Amino acid sequence: MDTTFSSEDIAFQNEVRDFIANNYPQSLRDSIAEKKRNNEELSREDLTTWHKILGKNKGWSVPGWPEQYGGAGFTPTQKYIFEQECARAECVIVAPFGPQMCAPVIYTFGNEEQKAKHLPGILSGEVFWCQGYSEPGSGSDLASLKTTAVKEGDHYIINGQKTWTTLAQHADWIFCLVRTNPDAAKPQEGISFILIDMKTPGIEVRPIYLMDGINEVNEVWFDNVKVPAENLIGQENMGWTYAKFLLAHERSGIAQVARSKKAIERIKQIAAAEMSYGEPLIQDPAFQRKIAEAELELTSLEYTELRTLAKDSAGKGPGPESSLLKIKGTDMQQKLTELAMEAVGYYANPHMGTSLSNEYVGPDYSTNLSGSYFNFRKASIYGGSNEIQRNIIAKMVLGL
Amino acid sequence: MHFELTEEQTLLENMVTAFVRDDYNWETREKIVKTEEGWKPENWSKFAELGLLSVPFSEDHGGLGGTAVDSMVVMEQFGKGLVVEPFMPSILLSGNLISKLANESQANEIIPKIIEGESRYVFAYAEPQSRFDLSDVKTSATKDGDEYTLNGFKSVVFGASMATHIIIAARTSGDQRSEDGITLFLADIKSNGITLQTYPTIDEYRASEVVIENLKISSDMVLGEVDKAYSVVEEVIDLATIAACSEAVGILQVLKDSTIDYCKQRKQFGQPISKNQAIQHKLVDMMIEYEQAKSILYAAVTADLSNADERKKAVSGAKARIGQSIKFVGESAIQLHGGMGMVDEYMISHYFKRATMLGVLFGNVDFHMKRFVGLTQSNIEPIDGSATIRGGY
Repeated sequence: MDTTFSSEDIAFQNEVRDFIANNYPQSLRDSIAEKKRNNEELSREDLTTWHKILGKNKGWSVPGWPEQYGGAGFTPTQKYIFEQECARAECVIVAPFGPQMCAPVIYTFGNEEQKAKHLPGILSGEVFWCQGYSEPGSGSDLASLKTTAVKEGDHYIINGQKTWTTLAQHADWIFCLVRTNPDAAKPQEGISFILIDMKTPGIEVRPIYLMDGINEVNEVWFDNVKVPAENLIGQENMGWTYAKFLLAHERSGIAQVARSKKAIERIKQIAAAEMSYGEPLIQDPAFQRKIAEAELELTSLEYTELRTLAKDSAGKGPGPESSLLKIKGTDMQQKLTELAMEAVGYYANPHMGTSLSNEYVGPDYSTNLSGSYFNFRKASIYGGSNEIQRNIIAKMVLGL
Repeated sequence: MHFELTEEQTLLENMVTAFVRDDYNWETREKIVKTEEGWKPENWSKFAELGLLSVPFSEDHGGLGGTAVDSMVVMEQFGKGLVVEPFMPSILLSGNLISKLANESQANEIIPKIIEGESRYVFAYAEPQSRFDLSDVKTSATKDGDEYTLNGFKSVVFGASMATHIIIAARTSGDQRSEDGITLFLADIKSNGITLQTYPTIDEYRASEVVIENLKISSDMVLGEVDKAYSVVEEVIDLATIAACSEAVGILQVLKDSTIDYCKQRKQFGQPISKNQAIQHKLVDMMIEYEQAKSILYAAVTADLSNADERKKAVSGAKARIGQSIKFVGESAIQLHGGMGMVDEYMISHYFKRATMLGVLFGNVDFHMKRFVGLTQSNIEPIDGSATIRGGY
């Protein structure tokens, strides 16, 4: 057993650290901090600036892609280190929809024209993607989706509605699961994977405001949207296979350990500043215990992730265990947003940045901590709810 | 970065696995724990043959020079077999104390006999009032010429009835709870002045209350430096705590796997109960708790244990977190076994009981949580800008 990195990996770690220090724009840091303070959505520029910078540096915007498509071709360990360093430096997360979700499907199942058309824009960050999976009636039971694609000549005519579409308001393209064969024996067998230009007539994006007041997700409506048949990936009615591939493909970093470590550090600092019974809150045994429990859970999770990484590096591939990382990683994020909110006592209440409140109150660090708590209830719901993840482990790992 | 064992460690693991499989099946163990002695001395000879008794000793003294990973490898497998022979108290605890503290003549006298299986030491440290506090020592040792006289009472000394010798922590100076002033003494366990009251534990091990009355010990039987035992005792108990965690992880694996198998076989309402989602999710949570326990054990054995602060943090962190897993996995295993889980005749309850008692050994969840807090939440600088209170100020 050896949990130290090789000298090559440490050299790589230093390279990443230096690159971030020299290239992550302070203006971006300031802009995001300001948005958080004001409880505002990040702009497209906030979301893509760092992506574009990474895209110009040896394919670092797409660490998992093979080198032949311009990817960084990182080893699993390098990917881990890269994500860890970005988290440590609190860099904005590169939206995964293009680089981590759609692109691997394109370069694995798409044709040469599709690769040439889409991969460069995803790599560079010029083209922003969103994911059209969920529908109002199709959440965990995704294969029940109803959005139809009917072939007419060399086009598909799309009708239906997608929902919970994250950042669709910024997206240039959407990758969708659509029903091409309503009569298939099994619902999974009638689904296709198709790429749609968001500027196509008949598409309407309607914002959904979540309980923290933020427009992060949307409804996307399709009314007789005419999509060239060449936008279909792979074979018609094989979409479910590609979607499953996508789910299994890119789960590294799913546990968000490094970001949670940062969060614990910050909670401790907040608890050292907050007073309770005349002492800093961090000396309150009840609160101390909560921090300690969170910290230990995170250490366990970190080593669970490292064990998965070690397996992956040895070529054994991360299996359905990644469901475990999703469950525990999101539990962790929820626990930590809760502790941060709890740490500030009454100052969890003010809702800053609304049209009714532009005068800030309370300590600076308390602003909108409750918003994060409420927002992160999403984490155990998205990406396959944590109950669905348990079903996956039950079936795939425990053979129940 | 990897979690593979070395070739030597794999051999060690295979050896212990084979012992548990071939010499320690359930029926054999049942017979052993029901004997008067509560262990099988022949197994100790077998351990000597296999070289297990040399694990903590340095290579200079004919030992294996074992690391935390080596003791993990052994204890995980012993856990799976619920091996009751006093390997942890005699070898990983007392053996390690001797290895770290014995002077050259003591080492030459004692260590070969331990490795050959002739001598077994146990370490008497806890007292009725001390709970898990290693500095709380009332047992006194007063010096008169070249001799010490010891008086006091030691609690729940595992394996004492199987031992040939005892190491006693006694106070030679300082207040009852001061770290300074604790000294270790070596004695033949049959010495005049030592009385054992031996009893079975709930998990079928043997422990003893040790009454010490006017026990005379020559000053050359002091182990280590007079008054200065505390930090080494803390270190050795920490390393033994990792061993206890390893045993627990081995047991948790059995609890988890056996429960999964049982739920696949047990039919109700015309189908295996493992088809019910309520059962499935509980089993998944057991598996997650097991994996998390194993992970934090790996974090502990790969930590820099030579650095005292790192060691304490790693050990208390692991023991606290694994203590939580023990409770969840153990209680769930019994629950999902239903009535069968309650039965003494069926093995699952025995694993549950042992795991639960390991949760107490060397400090329970509360104790280690508190110790971990002390190491990780002191001297935290308040966050920047905390003085900036906006609004009406």
